[in-house]
Amino acid sequence: MSEVPMTRYKSLKHMPSTRLLGTGTPMCAGCGGLGALHEIYDILGEKTVFVNAAGCMTLMSVYPFTPFRGSWLYTAMASAPAGAQGIRDALDILIEKKRISKAEDLQVVVLTGDGSAYGMGLSATSGTMERDLDYLYICYDNEGYGNTGQQFSAATPHAAKTSTSMGPRGFSGFKKDLFAIWAAHKPAYVATVIGSEPVDLARKIEKAMQMKGPRMIIALSPCPTGWDYDPKETVEIGKLAVKTGVWPLKEYINGEIIHTKIPRQRQPVEEYLKLQGRFKHLFEPQRNETLISKLQNKIDTYWENIES
Amino acid sequence: MTRQLLTGNGAAAWGARLAATDYIPAFPITPQTEIIEALANWIDYGEMDTRMVTMESEHSMITAAGAAAATGVRVFSATSSQGLLYAMEMLYTVAGWRAPFVLTNVSRGLAAPITLESDHNDIVAARDSGFLQLHCSTCQEVLDNTLIAFRLAEDKRVRLPVIVNLDGFYLSFTREPVELPEASAAKEYVGEYDPENIQFRASAPVSQAVAVLGGSPYSYFRYETHLAVQNGLTVFNEVADEFAEKFGRQYKTVEAYRMEDAELAFVMMGSFSTKAMEAVDKLRDSGWAIGLCRPRMLRPFPIKQFQEMLSHIKGIAVIDQNISMGMGGVLHTELMAAMYGQPDAPVISSFIGGLGGRDITMEEFFEMANTARNAVEQGQAPSPRLLYSENELREMRKLQSIAKVERDELGQSSGENSGGNTHE
Repeated sequence: MSEVPMTRYKSLKHMPSTRLLGTGTPMCAGCGGLGALHEIYDILGEKTVFVNAAGCMTLMSVYPFTPFRGSWLYTAMASAPAGAQGIRDALDILIEKKRISKAEDLQVVVLTGDGSAYGMGLSATSGTMERDLDYLYICYDNEGYGNTGQQFSAATPHAAKTSTSMGPRGFSGFKKDLFAIWAAHKPAYVATVIGSEPVDLARKIEKAMQMKGPRMIIALSPCPTGWDYDPKETVEIGKLAVKTGVWPLKEYINGEIIHTKIPRQRQPVEEYLKLQGRFKHLFEPQRNETLISKLQNKIDTYWENIES
Repeated sequence: MTRQLLTGNGAAAWGARLAATDYIPAFPITPQTEIIEALANWIDYGEMDTRMVTMESEHSMITAAGAAAATGVRVFSATSSQGLLYAMEMLYTVAGWRAPFVLTNVSRGLAAPITLESDHNDIVAARDSGFLQLHCSTCQEVLDNTLIAFRLAEDKRVRLPVIVNLDGFYLSFTREPVELPEASAAKEYVGEYDPENIQFRASAPVSQAVAVLGGSPYSYFRYETHLAVQNGLTVFNEVADEFAEKFGRQYKTVEAYRMEDAELAFVMMGSFSTKAMEAVDKLRDSGWAIGLCRPRMLRPFPIKQFQEMLSHIKGIAVIDQNISMGMGGVLHTELMAAMYGQPDAPVISSFIGGLGGRDITMEEFFEMANTARNAVEQGQAPSPRLLYSENELREMRKLQSIAKVERDELGQSSGENSGGNTHE
């Protein structure tokens, strides 16, 4: 087991004080994905090239503007990890053949939404892990095809109302366990993060940066427009996602899964649900006890296996 | 310079090797596999200083190729048929990135029905992508045009990916004597890849391929790509002349065979045009004033060269090894567009043949020549012809009879209303 160095991010006061990502992006007010990206970028720094797939964050860089101090390549919805492969390999070749100095090297970072990560881009992602590509993957997971108006995706939770699941029971499917799918490839690192837990996030990004190979991050990204809540609630909803156990903060490292924050006194899931319009039909016009307890039971079962 | 017996696939691999390619993202597909097998072996045995990565799809392969070219290394890749179509989204995308690299396509018919044999529907589907296209008819051309393609792709006036096309089976698996240029001479000819501003470096952050808002910037970048593709005509002539000086083999955007004082001409692409050459020889022996005109470049489309070459011709037989469903031959349509409104424009007859590796016989070439001549006399082209012989139809009926017997044996209903090739 390799030693993971001590973190420099012991508490909030140790967090980077400079904001590297520019302001004025066309992301929605209260975008949880943008919040997480800000925190991640402050740690990653500008010696990066972001390889993007079609999604909300494609609009971060609209000609001739960009909030990134480093580089950027937009690819397509299915193949951002393959773009990372091409750039990583090319940089390695240029350094090996001494056509550029090592100082010119860049961290290659894939940035996609859940639509790409959980679905269309999964094959390309699997390929990079099988080839042990040295890169960082950041999935901002807003649990639906957010950029096109929040149709349900493979990341949408059970019962959520989306623009393609408007019925009384919401989305009939279940959120795909991308963490488990990624971890099954045995990459260097897999972690879940959320912007409302900045210290946990910072430590994980810091840890990932010190590793080689595929380092995979899923950031749950509360989405005011897609989840239907007031933008000011983003942090609160993010905190509740952790406190209710909906979003387990964990990492896969050296073949083990470690929970980095176990909510000992889990709050009932409805505390999380009732703040979001996408779950309003569970409470109005009358309370849908069956569906609420179904959701609660799933969470309880998950944590019983962890805590025991 | 040494002479070797090489398949078309072998010649393509040699082209990538002699061009000192840095990077090869790959994905195997018949009949292209021999190219990547040869390259993989050379790399494994230290004969090539190249990194090769087998991707999980052609879509990813073209993404990686474009991304590596956009980072500043020389890239080669190869595919065929379904692979080219699977990558289609990225063909358009990486051309828009203005990422120069060379892609070999080994032409093969498209599903459905699925087949392994050759025709040009795959490559004509990539026509509007922004890739330049060079079409080969011999194994020597495959090697030489691969070297030329790197010069063309990397030229400042072009900066776009180039496809070198060869026909599956007829070229990919046919051994021909090929002159191999000396490695040093080839290296000198292709030169170093200078990516200039197309790169990712820590000291020079850049955003590539960003989104645009609105039709105006979109149109600007699209027009720029179109104009750069068009520059390919001038640049091709320059780099082909330089190639001829160095290696003694001259290539043109449109190749002419016995076109001097010709009144009739075949127009076709690819390896079957070597059969057309034989037909021209035979017809010339019988007193016909006929030649062959073969576009090497399909994109950019050499309109002026066609107009000059065909301006004195009375009748043309265009033979397409592709079919645009509901329209006909693609080369025919394009040639009609190029010749329309020209003074004394020839009468242009259209023929579809050689789909899925179907042979085009000498008799059919004679018949097409005859049809083209009659069209001149009548001052009007007949409706497009789909080549199919009585013999073939009889053989097809036999297959259908077997299918029917087997189906009846299984006691299935005749299914009169269902269509599709699986049923007949």
